[in-house]
Amino acid sequence: MNCDVCKTNQATVFLTQIVDGKMQKVNLCESCSKEKGVTDPTGFALADLLLGLGAAQEMERGGSVQKCPTCGFSQADFKKTGRLGCATCYTTFADGLASLLKGMHKGTAHVGKVPARQAKSIERESQLKTLQRDLRKAVTDEDYESAAGIRDRIRHLDEE
Amino acid sequence: MAIHNILGNSGEWLRGEGPHSQIVVSSRVRLARNLKSFAFPGWAKKHERLQILDAIKPQVEALPEMNDAFSVYSQDLSALEKQVLVERHLISREHAAKGVGSAVVMNRKQTLSIMINEEDHLRMQAIRAGLQLKSVFKMIDKADSALEDKLDFAFHAQLGYLTACPTNVGTGMRASAMVHLPALVLSEQINQVIQAVNKIGLAVRGLYGEGTEALGNLFQVSNQTTLGEKEDDIIARLHKVIEQIIEHEQNARQMLLQKKPKTLLDHIGRGYGILRHAYSMNSKEALNLLSFMKLGIDLSFFPEEYRQPVDELFMETQPAHLQKGTQQKLAAEERDSLRAEIIRAKLAAFPRPDVGFTDPTSPPGNGSQN
Repeated sequence: MNCDVCKTNQATVFLTQIVDGKMQKVNLCESCSKEKGVTDPTGFALADLLLGLGAAQEMERGGSVQKCPTCGFSQADFKKTGRLGCATCYTTFADGLASLLKGMHKGTAHVGKVPARQAKSIERESQLKTLQRDLRKAVTDEDYESAAGIRDRIRHLDEE
Repeated sequence: MAIHNILGNSGEWLRGEGPHSQIVVSSRVRLARNLKSFAFPGWAKKHERLQILDAIKPQVEALPEMNDAFSVYSQDLSALEKQVLVERHLISREHAAKGVGSAVVMNRKQTLSIMINEEDHLRMQAIRAGLQLKSVFKMIDKADSALEDKLDFAFHAQLGYLTACPTNVGTGMRASAMVHLPALVLSEQINQVIQAVNKIGLAVRGLYGEGTEALGNLFQVSNQTTLGEKEDDIIARLHKVIEQIIEHEQNARQMLLQKKPKTLLDHIGRGYGILRHAYSMNSKEALNLLSFMKLGIDLSFFPEEYRQPVDELFMETQPAHLQKGTQQKLAAEERDSLRAEIIRAKLAAFPRPDVGFTDPTSPPGNGSQN
């Protein structure tokens, strides 16, 4: 079994912690466990590793983007503060954030309130996404009749 | 409206009556929102934070709910004034540390409070006495809807409202109730309750939120997650859990009355004795003893009319509230003696606990005047 942090060395330190009724497990190699300060189990919270330090690692693995183009925020900054720089950071670091959010929350998609003014455009965006997916599928299946129909509906949405 | 109007009057939720208000002190819902085209406050430069403030503050002040509001820049509040607002749960401890570039707007009744440039551009909260999460949510939701009509909030089709900390993303909502659970603490069942509540994804915290001690047997129960569940569902789930906690607390009280009346009377009696006669008392001790006075009133050991003074003391004995009447900052020792003095004065006419039939030491007829 490989280390969860560096993903290369053999894991020799196995940690299990139960936080809020959820069991969390981390497997680390010798050098990563020392780096994370796991050697002293009393002063160590697995949650910190998973949500804090681990989060930044997670983000580093997630993508090659180093800085948010909008605000200049970097993964190192996230590691330090646990907070993001701006709204665009959620897109910039999307890949790395995905697994972090999954472990943190009940679901991965928002199902609650939508700002009234944005509701329409959000609805249209998701419709557009579905149609584009259907279109690609129709083209792959060489079902050109359906594809033409879907294309017209996309045009119609665009014109609205 | 001026700061002294706010400081001089306790908020509605402190005096107000609400459902289950004996055990549920208050219900609170806060929403986190950010503007689309600015960096989050922690990352924004000072000039950017000022721009954000200029964009948001007039819109907040224009809300119909805020027509008699108290609105102030963070740098215009003294450390003591901020601390008073923290003790009343009108601003967060984090917000109290802010200076230029932040502000807070609150209504006269102190039920609605909107912080600008806290961890997020907007942290808006509504608070009311007793268990009424639903109506509290409605109140803050209305303010939010009015604001989003004027301001462009950062919203992501899949992730919902975007917040500085990923733990708040989605609804950006934290709903909480402050509950008074002396019997569960006394009967040592509280840890079981906390664990059970944690298991279903709700958090239990101390009096002032994250990382604070549960003074005065007061606990805050709130939702832990914000993504993947609707606001109404979160509120309904929390409401249900609080109702169960109330039931457990009531059962624990009955159990103590029947099986351990001496322990119960000892705590209430000692609380009464010390509060009435001490000449120096720190705020921790005061809260813990007042908790037993409150319990004593709930169980009719003291007349109902003394509920108000005891509830007031919970707030008035807090360090900043204590000092707001004095001219200069007091040393810890001076605070402790002033606190004891205020308590003695307020409880001077407080009758001895009426132990009646629960008194385990007096057989029937003994000590009777007739």
